[in-house]
Amino acid sequence: MKIFLLYKNQDFNPEQNLLSNEEELIKDLELNILFNAMANNDEFIFEMAKKTILSFTTDLDTILYRQDILKDCLENPEIIREIYHISIESIEMKRKTWFGIFSKSSPSSILYSSVKLLKLFLELLKKLKNLANTHAEKFKSKGFKLFFTNIKKELNDEYLNSVQNLLSELEFRNGVLISAKLGKGNEGENYTLCRQQVEDRHWMKRIFKKKVPSYTFYISDRDETGARILRELKDRALNLSANACAQSVDHINSFFNRLRIELAFYIGCLNLHEHLLRIGMPVCFPVPVPSDKCIHSFQELYDVCLALTIKQKITGNNLNAINKNLWIITGANQGGKSTFLRSIGLAQLMMQCGMFVPAKSFSANIYKRIFTHYKRKEDSEMKSGKLDEEFKRMNNIVDKLTSNSMLLLNESFAATNEREGSEIARQIISALLEKNVNIFFVTHLYEFAHYFHKQKTENVIFLCAERLKDGKRTFKIIEGEPLETSFGEDLYKKVFEDNV
Amino acid sequence: MYFYSILFEKAENAEMKRNEPPAFFSDLNLDQIINSITANRDEYDLKPYFYTSLNDASEIEYRQKVTMDLENKILFRNIKSFSQKMSTMRQYLTLSNKLYYKYHKEGWFLEAVNIYCEAVNSLANELELTDLKSSGFLNLRKYLAKYVNSSNFASLFEDTKKLKSNLSGIKYCILIDGNRVKVSKFESEVDFTPIVEKTFKKFRRGSVKDYKVELPVTSGMNHVEAKILEMVARLYPDIFLALDNYYMKNQNFQDETIITFDREVQFYIAYLEHISKFKEAGLKFCYPQVSNSDKEVYNYDGFDLALANKLIAEGSSIVCNSFYLKGKERIFVVSGPNQGGKTTFARTFGQLHYLACLGLPVPGRKSRLFIYDRIFTHFEKEENIKNLRGKLLDDLKRIFDILNQASSNSIIILNEIFTSTTLKDAVFLSKKIMEKIIKLDALSVWVTFIDELASLSEKTVSMVSTVHPDNPALRTYKIVRKPADGLAYAISIAEKYRLTYNCLKERLKI
Repeated sequence: MKIFLLYKNQDFNPEQNLLSNEEELIKDLELNILFNAMANNDEFIFEMAKKTILSFTTDLDTILYRQDILKDCLENPEIIREIYHISIESIEMKRKTWFGIFSKSSPSSILYSSVKLLKLFLELLKKLKNLANTHAEKFKSKGFKLFFTNIKKELNDEYLNSVQNLLSELEFRNGVLISAKLGKGNEGENYTLCRQQVEDRHWMKRIFKKKVPSYTFYISDRDETGARILRELKDRALNLSANACAQSVDHINSFFNRLRIELAFYIGCLNLHEHLLRIGMPVCFPVPVPSDKCIHSFQELYDVCLALTIKQKITGNNLNAINKNLWIITGANQGGKSTFLRSIGLAQLMMQCGMFVPAKSFSANIYKRIFTHYKRKEDSEMKSGKLDEEFKRMNNIVDKLTSNSMLLLNESFAATNEREGSEIARQIISALLEKNVNIFFVTHLYEFAHYFHKQKTENVIFLCAERLKDGKRTFKIIEGEPLETSFGEDLYKKVFEDNV
Repeated sequence: MYFYSILFEKAENAEMKRNEPPAFFSDLNLDQIINSITANRDEYDLKPYFYTSLNDASEIEYRQKVTMDLENKILFRNIKSFSQKMSTMRQYLTLSNKLYYKYHKEGWFLEAVNIYCEAVNSLANELELTDLKSSGFLNLRKYLAKYVNSSNFASLFEDTKKLKSNLSGIKYCILIDGNRVKVSKFESEVDFTPIVEKTFKKFRRGSVKDYKVELPVTSGMNHVEAKILEMVARLYPDIFLALDNYYMKNQNFQDETIITFDREVQFYIAYLEHISKFKEAGLKFCYPQVSNSDKEVYNYDGFDLALANKLIAEGSSIVCNSFYLKGKERIFVVSGPNQGGKTTFARTFGQLHYLACLGLPVPGRKSRLFIYDRIFTHFEKEENIKNLRGKLLDDLKRIFDILNQASSNSIIILNEIFTSTTLKDAVFLSKKIMEKIIKLDALSVWVTFIDELASLSEKTVSMVSTVHPDNPALRTYKIVRKPADGLAYAISIAEKYRLTYNCLKERLKI
């Protein structure tokens, strides 16, 4: 039973190892705000959103495959939520019915619980099939078309009937038939549950059938030990079948679970979409470009996490940058540089897991890996020096870096004086550029910025926080060469003089 | 020659077994060694064999040859598998004797005989194909060949196989419906489990938990199972009649000589299995030359088997040591830094001799050892330190006893005696006792801090524990034959800590 709603031809594996730098990404891009908005207080959706986003794909087809499915979801949110609910129901059923199953249970009680649960699952499967019969036509994406076709085919009436019959046989209304042989010491062994011949139930045929020699005895009603022994004997015979039934429970449950896992991501997207709609912020489906190109082109790109936090409209940025490998972002503090940097990273991640992105339009090339290196607040537990700590993190990143990676730097190497910091940055950045790494660098290291400005290299773009003539900030990031001052004076004035 | 025992060439030597360990066992850590060797082999009661050393060169040689044969891995494996089968046979018999229901009892008896026949028969066959050198195994081979070819054994084996195959061919069905149990012959009933698996196969993805219940393996039979068996017996009357007759006829099926062999051969198995881990670690074992008269003993690259056992478990490396005595030399005087392996050297000397006189291979790559009449040890006992005068008296008494009982063919091992008295006393007493040992002409090891003992006579040899030349704080655990030189060691340690006169002068200048 294939689901394949996240990948065209494979399951999503939530156990896969995430990126080794996931913690940095979560912290630096404030991803928990995004996950929370998607989850709507549902822990499971939170986890799945987190896992899907952090295991973003580098495959362009997969991105488009998911985009189509997500579009179907946005068209038919109620049906998607209903299917998702079926998957949750199965898990609830198992949790309740399975409660007594543990290592000391007997095979007969395992079998009893399993058959009971399989009957409940059968009803859910019927429900799922009915949904498929009713609504399949409304879905346009390849993924959902295939999904519904499979459901209709695999869960056809004939199959569902055969399951029903099997489950009723497993209630053993005519006793338990066991085959056995003599083992060492003439002790019976290989107790195996056998299927009773169906025609045996008919008394006419039973009479005319060849008589098999047999001997019968009865356990007296008072013989409690005897009754217990018969139960144990049955347990031996039922062990394998009970196992097969219990494993079937797990298999069907894991089918529902996989369905839940793959749908959880889309439910998260539906939730996020509703949030952004309420705030009035636009979203669009991005246009991904193969990773050998270098394009960043967007209109009204905004920081989705900031929007979700302040719950009101915020300014977006526009840019059309082609073949730019190094983005140096300078300018006033509190001017929106960090927000801009984050919006770049967030949109990239969201695009690469098949989501819509927070912008009016967005197109970018695909990156193999995404790294962040942000200035950290002083940590009292930290034993090593600050610069030391920065180098350690940088060292970790360099260990894992591949070409076509994205690297977001926020005020890195500022832990020393500007000259040293600039020289360090210059050496590191120059090397990384040669390694085909795309770098987005928010910095106050003007010596560093000027070095690249003087080079007049085609692949470097300089951005700065916009500042109007009256000194006011627009929180917009525009193209502009690095200035010597970062307007700290302004802030000083604002803080001190406004409060006079 | 008739086969008597794999442990003793002459029947009369087998009688003098001890049940208690010799007095020196714990001083030499032989108790630890023998405990490890015999661990998990209680059913064979091997300790008496390990407590009894031989003093006859030809008996020692008899065992050495048997052990050499057993170093043939194929023979070793065959003997092991023989023993395992015999052990299983005993378990089955014990079980059968305890059982209550007739066919059950007879069934386990049949199993016991079956595994006995298989064990003996395959050992006999395997020995025919093995290149054997020792008279012990050669005689065993002849004995077994004759036994296996006897008509009694052949018909026992044949009857057993036939009966077993008839019984295990029986297949039947039980229908349990409420309190009714119906037993019938098996026709062509279909296994249910694959049907369940097939039905739900489409949901299968990867593996899931195993819900098979670990049902207790029951040996024994309750009244219901017995009743079912009774019904089965009624369905197949001829087979069960044959079983009854077989049980009556074959009660005394075991051969006593073979049973004794099975126990005694464990002595070698246990030892060889114990030393195999040392061999795997690259340590050497050899068959020592032994003599009752020649005291020119030597051993190269030997080690303390008890200590090595601990070190291997910890993953530490093991240091080997060598020694030899030539001409009139009889006594090793071992001195040098503490914790340097002196006591270990003394123990090794004793262990090597003891193991050699058990007829077993000993640690080392080449060895000649002496067939002693007795071993005497005196090791410092810490718990007695409180009463100094009492202790000295006690020490002297014990040494007096030793010297009284020892002959020139004894081995005497003294470890740090007289440590709790004044140096003057210690030197005086030590010299006195040394004179007596020298006169006795017994092989001895004396671990002592009184290094003048080392040069008292042409019979004494000085052995010294050594330190690493570059870092005197590191022990090498090597004991080498050289004049005692305690002081040089003390000065090098002081230098390392910059506490010599010159060092201190320099440090205190500022």
